[in-house]
Amino acid sequence: MSKTITTTDRKPKPRPDVIGGHTLSMHVNNQPGVLMRICQVFARRAYNIDSLVVSQGRDPRFSRLTLGISGDPAGLDQIIKQCDKLVDVIHCTEHTPANAVVRDMVLVKIEVSGAERRTEVLQIIEHFGGKTVDMSENSMIARIEGDSEKVDSAIRLLSNYDIIETVRTGKVVMARGEQTT
Amino acid sequence: MAKQVELDGAQALIKTLDELGIEYIFGYSGGAALPIFDALETVKSNIKFVLTRHEQGATHMADGYARATGKPAVVLVTSGPGAGNTITGIMTAQMDSVPMIIITGQQVTWMLGKDAFQEADIFGITIPVVKHNYLVRNTNDLPRIAREAYHIATTGRPGPVLIDVPKNVSQSPFSGDLDAEIDLPGYHPDEAFDIDDDAIEQASRLIAMSKRPVILAGHGAMIAGAEKELMQLATTLGCPVTNTLLGKGVFPETHDLSLGMLGMHGTAYANKAMCECDLIINIGSRFDDRIIGQADKFGANAKIIHVDIDPAEMNKMIRPDVQVVGDAKEALKRLNKQIHPLDTADWLDRLTGYKKKFPLHYKKQGGLRMQQVLDELFEVTDGKAIVTTDVGQHQMWAAQFYRNDESWKWISSGGAGTMGFGFPAAIGAQFACPDDIVVAVVGDGGFQMTLCELATAVVNKLPVIILVLNNHYLGMVRQWQELFFDNRESGVDLDGNPDFAKLAEAYGAAGLTVKRPADVRKRLEEALELRKNGPVLINAECIKTENVFPMIPAGAALEDMLIEPPKHKMEKPVGST
Repeated sequence: MSKTITTTDRKPKPRPDVIGGHTLSMHVNNQPGVLMRICQVFARRAYNIDSLVVSQGRDPRFSRLTLGISGDPAGLDQIIKQCDKLVDVIHCTEHTPANAVVRDMVLVKIEVSGAERRTEVLQIIEHFGGKTVDMSENSMIARIEGDSEKVDSAIRLLSNYDIIETVRTGKVVMARGEQTT
Repeated sequence: MAKQVELDGAQALIKTLDELGIEYIFGYSGGAALPIFDALETVKSNIKFVLTRHEQGATHMADGYARATGKPAVVLVTSGPGAGNTITGIMTAQMDSVPMIIITGQQVTWMLGKDAFQEADIFGITIPVVKHNYLVRNTNDLPRIAREAYHIATTGRPGPVLIDVPKNVSQSPFSGDLDAEIDLPGYHPDEAFDIDDDAIEQASRLIAMSKRPVILAGHGAMIAGAEKELMQLATTLGCPVTNTLLGKGVFPETHDLSLGMLGMHGTAYANKAMCECDLIINIGSRFDDRIIGQADKFGANAKIIHVDIDPAEMNKMIRPDVQVVGDAKEALKRLNKQIHPLDTADWLDRLTGYKKKFPLHYKKQGGLRMQQVLDELFEVTDGKAIVTTDVGQHQMWAAQFYRNDESWKWISSGGAGTMGFGFPAAIGAQFACPDDIVVAVVGDGGFQMTLCELATAVVNKLPVIILVLNNHYLGMVRQWQELFFDNRESGVDLDGNPDFAKLAEAYGAAGLTVKRPADVRKRLEEALELRKNGPVLINAECIKTENVFPMIPAGAALEDMLIEPPKHKMEKPVGST
């Protein structure tokens, strides 16, 4: 019943030797080349970076990185320590939904010609608390925000219609309570 | 008012290096490094510059200097190919945790990324092989970055740090603070001295329960300067000690408790001890694949204590029962306060039995063997020379037969396994220790990769001895082909070797050749005399098809060690190369 999603949104086949859904948060020096060092640590050990969010911290000398990664579960502890070892990394920690708030956001462009389809799509968007941020005669862009699972389900439902493209931010996390991320 | 002396960036850089106590810069000039080379002439400093004949040689010299002193030297080269030629040497230093500062010239900043002449992204290229690196964009940052590089290179787990300096950055007027302090919010080597008391407590409890303990001493114990504490631990417990290739000398190899080197070509008794022990106390070794063989069988019946300054070494190869993260000397100081003598008499008897049953040995008939040359070198130098090696059969025999009783006297490329390392490393070590006997033990293969440095040795009148153990083969590869590839030789015959003694003479060094076993002693003694006039090369023509034993095929368990040549056909090893 569901249609094929565009290439960039295709889900990988599940592999038992690979873990997905792990989220690392790093506090790093805000300098050229720092991202390159971090990416090499992951690439060398055959980890895939599923999502990556980088932005300047409140103190502009530092940046905050949030990475969603998948790879060999046995090496996760290792890779955190290897990242932490980099001189440009102030600290690197793993976060789980239990100890952190996770947020993800997607922009979905959908072909909607005809009033009936448009109404159906708008209902789905509303159900997920999304917003319509662009509308033309035959298409609209919806913005849906929430934890990654919620964003996944929204995309899954919307893919029953003709999705032209999606752009996703990747997840950002923040430690719950008074603890810092 | 006196006129302020104006400096350019390059001069500020050299001044800072001088202040940091840098004694030697090894390097090779070139366009993008011109301002820095000029500063060597215009700034009054105690730094001595050594012109090498290849940039790779410069890195290995700085490496040899550092491994003989514990202090870093600087490598100074130009951009593009000059910088590119340093990669092997930087990788070698990184793999073996050797401090080094590499300064590369670079194109002017506004040409970066535009394929300018001799432009290479050496910052990007070297990221995987350095502890840290810099591309300097502001002249005024140079003193701070030089200080940070020194600090990072020499503290914690040491390693190479590269500073890429565009020509306009080194050439522009300096108007910053020469005493600018380091600013490294993500680097805390001091934490190594803050050791978890619980871990020490747990370690001492495991030790108290052990009946058959073994200490595994590595390079980390040497870097930490933990020799005294290690001796106290071993002698208090009555615990045998084996060492890694790079740990040679940290515990005297002629001591009764020493089992010598373990691993792929280690002594049979060291490897047997690893198989039969009930406790492995690893002090500053990273459980390299060359010493653990098949990881899941390593120490399968033993408890394991791992002391390492680098938290990322924990659980990397082996899961220890107790992790002690921190400086080895500090950790042993605390551990030694909590230990009591163990009754290891039966265990030591058992190991002595193995020492008698499976000694390192070689045939004395049928031509000249490398083992004999090294055995006699050990005797004529009383085991006190600084020995550097290349990589291959000669390296393993040197490790077996040149027993080291002191730290900082064995200089060999372990992790990287870099051919061409031995001779330039010996030059660096000889600069560092002018009064020591320094012997470069090299094969005919590796020597030919960096032999251009003969000129460097001759020009500087260095009393270095080059012992070429020449079997006209890439012997270690040939050994593997013989054992695992039905003796099909492929790419190992070094037909076309020059007459090495004549070659040395052509450079202005002394050249000797030895072919008969009976002449070895005489030639070595002659070389020890001749070195007073400058470098001496001995070409030892050795038999071609000797193999190194004991041997643990790559990836096999330690218990599958071959003490003698195998009588049956061997399976191809599946483990790490």
